[in-house]
Amino acid sequence: MAEVFWPPQGSASLLGGEHNRIDGLAKCIGSAKYAYDVVPDNMLVASALSCPHAHATIRAIDLNAARNMAGVVAVEPLKKEGDEIRWEGDLVAVVAGETEAAVAEGLAAIKIEYEVLDHFVDDTDLDAATEANVTRPAGRNTQLQNRDEDADQEFERLFNEAAVTFEGHYGINVITHMCLETHGSTCESQGDKLVSHLSTQNVSGTPGQIAGPIGLTAQDVTVHCDYIGGGFGSKFAADAWGVTCAQLARNTGRPVKYMLTRSQELKNAGNRPSGFLRAKIAADKDGFVTAWDSAHWGTNGTSGAPVSQGVIPYVFNPPNRRRVATGIRTNTSPARAWRAPNHPQGCAITQTAYDDVARHLGLDSYDVFLRNLSTVGERAPIYEDQMKLAAKLMDWKAKWHPHGKGGQDGSVVSGLGMAIHTWGGGPHASRATCKIHPDGGVEIFLGSQDLGTGTRTVIGLVVAETLGLELEQVSVQIGLSEYPSSGPSGGSTTVGGVSESTRRAATAALNLLLTKVAPRLEADANQLEAVGGKIQIQGNQNRNISWKEACGQIGISPIEAQGEYAPRVTYPRNYDGKRLTDNGVAGVQMAEVAVDTETGVVKMKKFVAVQDIGLIINRKTARSQIYGAAIMGIAYALFEERIMDKATGAFVNAELADYKLPRLGDTGEIVVELYEPESEYNRGVIGLGEPPVISPGAAISNAVCNALGKRVSVLPITPQRVLEAISGGA
Amino acid sequence: MKPFEYAAPRTEAEAVGLLAADHVETEVLAGGTDLIGLMKQMVVTPGRLVNVKEIPSMQAISETSDGVVIGAAARLEDMAEHRLLTPFSSIGDAIVGIDSQQWQAQSTLGGELLQRPRCWYFRSGAGLLAANGKRVTEGDGRFHAIFANSGPAKFVNASRLAPALIALGASIRIMSPGKEDAEVQTLPLASLYRTPRDESQRENILSKGQLVTHVLIPHPQSLANATYEVRHGSGPEAPLVAASAALQVQAGLVAKARIVIGQVAPQPWESSEAAESLVGRPIDLVTAEQAGQLAVAAASPLKDNAYKVQLAAVAVKRAILKAAGLPTGGF
Repeated sequence: MAEVFWPPQGSASLLGGEHNRIDGLAKCIGSAKYAYDVVPDNMLVASALSCPHAHATIRAIDLNAARNMAGVVAVEPLKKEGDEIRWEGDLVAVVAGETEAAVAEGLAAIKIEYEVLDHFVDDTDLDAATEANVTRPAGRNTQLQNRDEDADQEFERLFNEAAVTFEGHYGINVITHMCLETHGSTCESQGDKLVSHLSTQNVSGTPGQIAGPIGLTAQDVTVHCDYIGGGFGSKFAADAWGVTCAQLARNTGRPVKYMLTRSQELKNAGNRPSGFLRAKIAADKDGFVTAWDSAHWGTNGTSGAPVSQGVIPYVFNPPNRRRVATGIRTNTSPARAWRAPNHPQGCAITQTAYDDVARHLGLDSYDVFLRNLSTVGERAPIYEDQMKLAAKLMDWKAKWHPHGKGGQDGSVVSGLGMAIHTWGGGPHASRATCKIHPDGGVEIFLGSQDLGTGTRTVIGLVVAETLGLELEQVSVQIGLSEYPSSGPSGGSTTVGGVSESTRRAATAALNLLLTKVAPRLEADANQLEAVGGKIQIQGNQNRNISWKEACGQIGISPIEAQGEYAPRVTYPRNYDGKRLTDNGVAGVQMAEVAVDTETGVVKMKKFVAVQDIGLIINRKTARSQIYGAAIMGIAYALFEERIMDKATGAFVNAELADYKLPRLGDTGEIVVELYEPESEYNRGVIGLGEPPVISPGAAISNAVCNALGKRVSVLPITPQRVLEAISGGA
Repeated sequence: MKPFEYAAPRTEAEAVGLLAADHVETEVLAGGTDLIGLMKQMVVTPGRLVNVKEIPSMQAISETSDGVVIGAAARLEDMAEHRLLTPFSSIGDAIVGIDSQQWQAQSTLGGELLQRPRCWYFRSGAGLLAANGKRVTEGDGRFHAIFANSGPAKFVNASRLAPALIALGASIRIMSPGKEDAEVQTLPLASLYRTPRDESQRENILSKGQLVTHVLIPHPQSLANATYEVRHGSGPEAPLVAASAALQVQAGLVAKARIVIGQVAPQPWESSEAAESLVGRPIDLVTAEQAGQLAVAAASPLKDNAYKVQLAAVAVKRAILKAAGLPTGGF
């Protein structure tokens, strides 16, 4: 019988190879249908009206004129009289109509009277926020080597005795998710059934969210999402717009498409909290951080939470540490999970401080990071190994110069920076059904989704590897809530979840097949294996039958088998030292930049990412995932930010034309190294989505600092901020 | 977007007639790269669009005894590759700087010169002057004007080509509705632009029905010219600051110069101080640097945009050096 655990490193036929996506062609030629592309006959379009005020109450709302407009079919209020609006751009009412133009006129005809209230949107200035009474304590905690000492006195002593002591200010602005496909859905209602073509990271989890509010039960709602144009953590829920679209389809009896506009998307559908930090840091002459005393703050919108204390300082755990966290409530929309929640900000506002230790002592940043690895826990040797690899790929030693002492070519200076990160990436719950048909066809079904990361291909590869087939022989069916349920795709949990359930389902199906085939080969099923499109006696290539012939033994009904991974349910995870999936990775990144000191413009020269992810299923898409993360990291390091107008509370750059993102010409050379020694391979599959997006902010900031000899405190590092840092003292 | 009438005339006179209709708000549609977005946002809500892109007489690039004549409906991509325009590298620099194949292929010269300001208050419907400038001075003006900003207008002119063309001495041909036939006049390009004093004015002098049909660039006479843009990354977005220089050089000395800065004022901003400082001198790092400093001597930055003063000085310096074929020292 076939064994469920992965083949030993080097012996797999497909796993770990370079494979094109099975949906690559469909995406390239446009036949792949996203929620936005679904256009049923007789469809209505819907759009929402946004509130222009950052803080207001609704005094009166009159939808009658809108309802009477030609071409308007339905108008749904989302807010009622007396409701409080807490951020600019919040959605107030929805109009559905025959054409976009009719809807636009309908929206313009809605009459709303607001009572405008005071607002607060500045998350950068803790003193101003305290004065405005919009802060809330978000925890403080102290760790001392000499536990019994008084903290104040002990920190004072540590700072007095240190080789170097300095105060630093660091920060990172709010950014938005900027999904290329905005949030929304196209809904079709048929009697008591409803199909929602929802742009979602959570196919299995959203039917119930839609059903309840519109008076159906989850069994009557099907969520369908074959392709999604970006989610990054912001598309787990059906959301008010998903429910309203379904309601409109039910009420009108016609299909309805309701997608957010670009500015509504940016203002409502996801942003990443800001992080700002003041720290006093002490280090010995080798750059070992002996004491860390910090206050950090930031906003996640109206509830006012900063980034978690757990990432302050990030990865490193200095022996003496005090941290105080403060949240700021702002009139901005609630944050949503953004690729590796908390980690990119934690890294950006603390590993910059570690780099400043090197700057103040005139040491090589690499040596300071190395020196402090003794505080990172059990993964220290892996970091050290990865740092060596990254340094070699960057040619760090040859290129290194102390901060600000690299010489100038015209007005251009260059620099190096690095950062390290960690993430979990263990599997989410997942179920899969594998079918083997009597004619040799193979199908795998999961209520999972492919965010564009290559999940569909990974599932196909696992089935093909298990059954000894080619990838093209497997039909992968995902993206439909009617399939066996699988977890939401977030937190790098997908690849572990789907590969474990798929491997178990395919192995179980194969074992049923082997039982049926055994008599033909006059062997015991336990002696058989599926290799190279054949079923054969293990290790004996001469006694075999082809896959098709083998499937001919199945009979009339296809073989169907289930596989499952459920957290907290015990599996023989350490059977013979092997396992299918695991949790926890390291990762090291290095950046090389050039800075034009007259204009403040920063250019990426080279970016190196070394990443462990356990066992690699598809080397090509794994690498692509890291390229994407590096580019997303370059985006928040150098370009993107949500710009709030303090005077009006408006999000002023909430359009693609004004919200700055990098282009391919801005990314420089990106080098990806997948770190997969046998010890990592044997851990099984671990998620990759989050980890490589964590370090770029700090690595790039550190490179800019190394080039200039001055710290540009806050990300993104715009030309304006570079020039201000050069002319300022810091 | 609101419903609108659509007209696609084949002659300039016909277009002017359609634009002049007094019962309806009209807009000229060319490439549409700016106008369509404004209409979708309902910032501009014309009742009639007159598409001038299909008017053959407005598409050509040709030569006369006076210079090179470019139809306002000529596409940027066609200009970038046209042999008659090769002496004008400052135009090519600006087109390359737009850095989007889609925009270069779709945008027209006339549309580029007359695109609306990118001011985010204007674009969100607060009006061109954004509450008499108050929204900008009290709000976030990091990309706004550092010159000519004492009145209500704080936005910056959006054109990427206007600085280069003004420095090259370009003029425009405007067709207007007449009593019987359409009338034609020729003006310096610089006079197309104005700094509005109230919301009834736009950022250009065109009145209803007037159509820019052609741009004329005089023949170059030993003319060195270049555009330098300070860009926050690649892509089609506006540079932070840009400068164009056109220099007549004789025997190694500047005989005549024009320097125009973009993205710094409600109009393309010509610096005669910078230009005059070069006359009679060679182009080198010292003279270029001085010209850059003189160009910004009278700058009046707002609370958020002092960095643009530095960028303007550097852009002027680098445009001059680039025109002279010298290294700029930076990116």
